[in-house]
This record gives sequence, C-alpha cells and structure tokens, in this order.
Amino acid sequence: MAQTITQKILAKAANRKFVDVGESVWLNVDILLTHDVCGPPTIDIFREEFGSDAKVWDTDKVVVLPDHYIFTANEHAHRNIDLLRQFAKEQGLKHYYDVGTDRYKGVCHVALAEEGFNLPGTVLFGTDSHTCTSGAFGMFGTGIGNTDAAFILGTGKLWEKVPESIKFTFDGEMPAWLTAKDLILQILGDITTDGATYRAMEFDGEAIFSLPMEERMTLTNMAIEGGGMNGIIAADKIAEEYVKARSNKPYELFQSDLDAQYHSKYHYNVRDLEPVVAQPHSPDNRATVRSVAGTKITKSYIGSCTGGKLTDFVMAAKILKGQKVSVTTNIVPATVLVARSLETEQYEGVSLKQIFEDAGCIVALPSCAACLGGPADTVGRSVDNDVVVSTTNRNFPGRMGSKHAGVYLASPLTAAASAITGKLTDPRDFL
Amino acid sequence: MEKIIQGKAYVLGKNIDTDQIIPAEHLVYSLSDPEEVVLYGTYALSGVPPEQGGLPKGNIPFIAEGEVRSAFTIIIAGPNFGCGSSREHAPFALKVAGVKAIIAESYARIFYRNCVDGGFAIPYETAEQLNQIIKTGDELKIDVEANTIENLTSKVTWRLNPLGSVFNIVEAGGIFAYARQENLMAQS
Repeated sequence: MAQTITQKILAKAANRKFVDVGESVWLNVDILLTHDVCGPPTIDIFREEFGSDAKVWDTDKVVVLPDHYIFTANEHAHRNIDLLRQFAKEQGLKHYYDVGTDRYKGVCHVALAEEGFNLPGTVLFGTDSHTCTSGAFGMFGTGIGNTDAAFILGTGKLWEKVPESIKFTFDGEMPAWLTAKDLILQILGDITTDGATYRAMEFDGEAIFSLPMEERMTLTNMAIEGGGMNGIIAADKIAEEYVKARSNKPYELFQSDLDAQYHSKYHYNVRDLEPVVAQPHSPDNRATVRSVAGTKITKSYIGSCTGGKLTDFVMAAKILKGQKVSVTTNIVPATVLVARSLETEQYEGVSLKQIFEDAGCIVALPSCAACLGGPADTVGRSVDNDVVVSTTNRNFPGRMGSKHAGVYLASPLTAAASAITGKLTDPRDFL
Repeated sequence: MEKIIQGKAYVLGKNIDTDQIIPAEHLVYSLSDPEEVVLYGTYALSGVPPEQGGLPKGNIPFIAEGEVRSAFTIIIAGPNFGCGSSREHAPFALKVAGVKAIIAESYARIFYRNCVDGGFAIPYETAEQLNQIIKTGDELKIDVEANTIENLTSKVTWRLNPLGSVFNIVEAGGIFAYARQENLMAQS
C-alpha cells in the first residue's frame, strides 16, 4: 500500500510496515522538547503520576531549551527557570541549556536544528505548537500539551492519529523579492486557519528544494497556523549536509510514494506570486503588500522561530543598509548563534549588526520576546493601538501584547522596507 | 464521569485562540500551587475582545469582577476553537473557572488533545452552528449518554457528534487514568 512520508515515519515509530490514515497508533518517541512555560507544569504532572522519585525514560532524549520569558524581571518567570534547572540536575538530563550560562541557546525550534537534534525519519514531540518547524528535516514534529508530555517523560510513548496529507507543490525559480514567508502566507490565505486541522502539510517542488534549511523551516513552522498536525519536507542533499555538519547520529530518509493518497493537492508557480501580508487579526487574512501599501505602522519587529533566523536578517540587511528606520524597529535574533552571526556575517563589507544599528534599529537579546507578548517588560511588546509589521507567526487579538493592537505578518523584506517608510511597503520598492 | 451536565451558556465566535483563552503574560503562574491556580480562573478568556465575549450582545464578562469561577459552565463556539499555542494552561484555565463542557463546530488539534488527555472539559462537536442560535445565559443540559444538548430556555434539543475513539479516554478521566486501566504505563 502506498504511503506518504508522514505515514512512513509514523509506521517506523510504531514498529509497523504500514499505518492507515485515521487510525490511532502508539509511537516510540525519539525526542521530547520542552521549555520554560510548559516544562514546569509538565514536570509537576510527571511527578504526580509516576512518583516523586521517578526517572525520565531516557536522559538523552529529553531536550530542555528555556526561551520564552528570559530577559524579564518577572519573579514567576525566574522561578520557572529554577524549576527546570532543578529537574535537569536531579534527573541528570544531558540536554538542558541553562539561562545565564554559555550553554543558553535561545528559541527552541531554531536551537534544535543548530544543535543537531533534527534527524530525518525521527519523531519529535514538543510542548510548543511550533514544534512542527522540525518537519523541514524530513521528520515528524508536532506540538502537545503538558499532560501528553508528562506521559512521554515517563514512558517514551504517545498515541497519535495518523493524518491525511495535503500536498503543496511550488514550481519555478524564486525571485529575490519572494520569501518562504510569502509562500506560507499565500497557502494560509487559500486554506484558512483550520484548512489542515489534523492533517499533514507536505511541501514539494523545485522552488522548495532551492531554499536553504532556514527558509524551509519558515514554511514548516507555520503549518500549525493552518491547523496542521505537522509540516514536512523530504530531506535532500541540502538537508543531509546541514544535519551531518551538526550530528553524527544515524538517520533514515523517507519519501512519499508516487501513488500515495492525498486529501488535496495545491499547485503554485512562484513566478505568479508576490509579497503578501496577513492582516489583523488572523494568519489567513491575506493581502498583497501592494494592495495595503501606505497603511501606517508604529513598529516593525524582526524575530522569532519563524522570522529570526540568520537568513531572515540577511534579507532585512539588504534592504536596511544605508537607510534609516522611521518607526521603532526591533531586531530579535532567535538564538545566541544567530546573534553572534549578526556580528560576523557581512553584507557589502559591513556586519549585519552594524547595518541594523546604523539604521536605528534596536538589536535585542535572543529569546521568544514579544512574539507572544510576554511579561510587561518584554522588549518589543505591543502597547495600546500599536500597528506592528512583524516577521512572527501569529496575529490573533492580543498576541504581541495589547488587545487593541493590530499585527501584520510579513516577510523580513517587507518588515524592513516598511520600517524605513513607516508604512506597509512592498520590498520591490527597495530592491 | 457525569452523565448530565447542566449550566449556563457562554457564547463565543470562531477561531478563539489560546492567547484569548489565557493571555501569555499569565502563563507564569504555577498550575499546582493552590494560591496561584485560582489566578487561571481570574484571567480565563480575558484575552477575548470585550465586544466578542458573551454573544450575541457581547460585552458580557466571562468572569465577574473579583471572582475566580464563572457563572457560565458550558462554552458554545464556532469553528477552530483553541487554535494557536499548545499551552495546556488554556483548558486548565477554563476548568478552574468551572467550565464542564465546550460545544464547538470544530477544534484545533492540540487543544482538543489537551482537553481529552488532561481530563479538563469535554470537547463536543456539532454539525449545527449553535453559536448563532444559543444566547449567552441560556440554561443548557447535556446528556452524555444520549449525545444530546437541550436548551432549557428555548426548549430545543440538538444532537452532539459522538466522541468516537477518544470516548474511552474521556470516560476514564484522561490519558493517565486510561493508560493504567489498559496497562499501557510500562516504560519502552
């Protein structure tokens, strides 16, 4: 029987040759990811259910990356980090990346890739909806709640319903002004925020395989914005090179069978597409940047797991070099490694960091920061009636802080161009 | 598991995401310390823009000023309830506020799983757009065995979609209770 790549990976994790769409199967988990917001309550449930002296199923398979509320004076947030630290110590966890040490990494989905935890063919569960990001590596990654995570901590297993898949094929050569963010916002406008609920979103086509891993991660990251269980791109040579440079662990490559069944198929040619935004207050509220150009903004924000990778900042720097921003513009690198690269990576002989500082941007420390609002003292948090253009992934009411603010989701090119003019601006005006 | 769930309706629109159910700034409180747990009740649904809370009129607070528990124990909503982040704090907050069941046209996957596996509120789906029919404050009665919901205020009854394969987990009270019952707790 023909299977999709998602079915094949789940079948392997269920010790089966074949799994059928719609059946619930128990999976052996390769990695469990958690962070400072959902880690502490997960640990509480683990202790309550398995006993106060219980041990996690595998100290090499639990990855704890605090990233949400890091640079804040909020005492409750600090306590949550303390709880993670204590648990990691008493359990002897091998992969705990403590705040305030040189082990600290930053945003978990980007750090997982950087640290070599993303391996083709494996199964990752994480207490964060954007765990689907890792699907860019030809693996299964999806978000879960604390109770499910606690169950995995104790048993190494979880049930999942095998999803139908939707296939999105992008043909053509990517123009310089088009980004993965534009592709996923295009899709979300077509399928809406629940068009892929309980389904896998599979990306294919020459335009996809021309993208670097970071851009592929932008696509899979926002599968959840369409309700998707997971986003997935089969691993190719580019993916293998990325993985081999960061891990010596074994992995297995899977591909969908040519005659695999799909719920539906969407076909795009990237030459027909143009820069788009998601208008307030939903990621599927798509408009071309040209059709809303001129809309006044009060802030520009470039950061997060979907928009704070090195490739995002390289794109922003191309627009911002030699320019001045006219609104508050926050540059929030996802991880310490990205932050360091801003100093070493150059565009036309100038470091990215210098380009941003010369343009008048605020370069912040790596964390999730204002992508999800966060405590009151979070850098970049929206206030009052702010109108924000942001490279993040959600714009539901109040997401970046103020319930009265409006957020336009956009590519780093569009966010940078708009920062200069103070109005939504098509990046082609600057390229 | 209660066989009959009776209470007042709180009606919401579509795409109610977890930031509206419990805004991110409140996720710092403990989910086990009783003094902090009540704060999840205080701030449950506090991210819903006021005019969209308590439909059809709107501007009806879910939690009265100074209260921890809501006067409303059954949520009625449109499609894609609980979309957005994976935070289990969301169904947890609704439970602390006293919510027993949610009836929506559809759910986001993680929220649905959390409701079921965490044993919080029962997530029912209906084919009907009940959030266009039922009004906030209507007295409702859910018959868990018959899979029906009756509006005691307007005397109309609708069918609920069967819970299907997750019924056993809901009935057991969550994934841990279910796994013990089925002897699935052994380490891999």
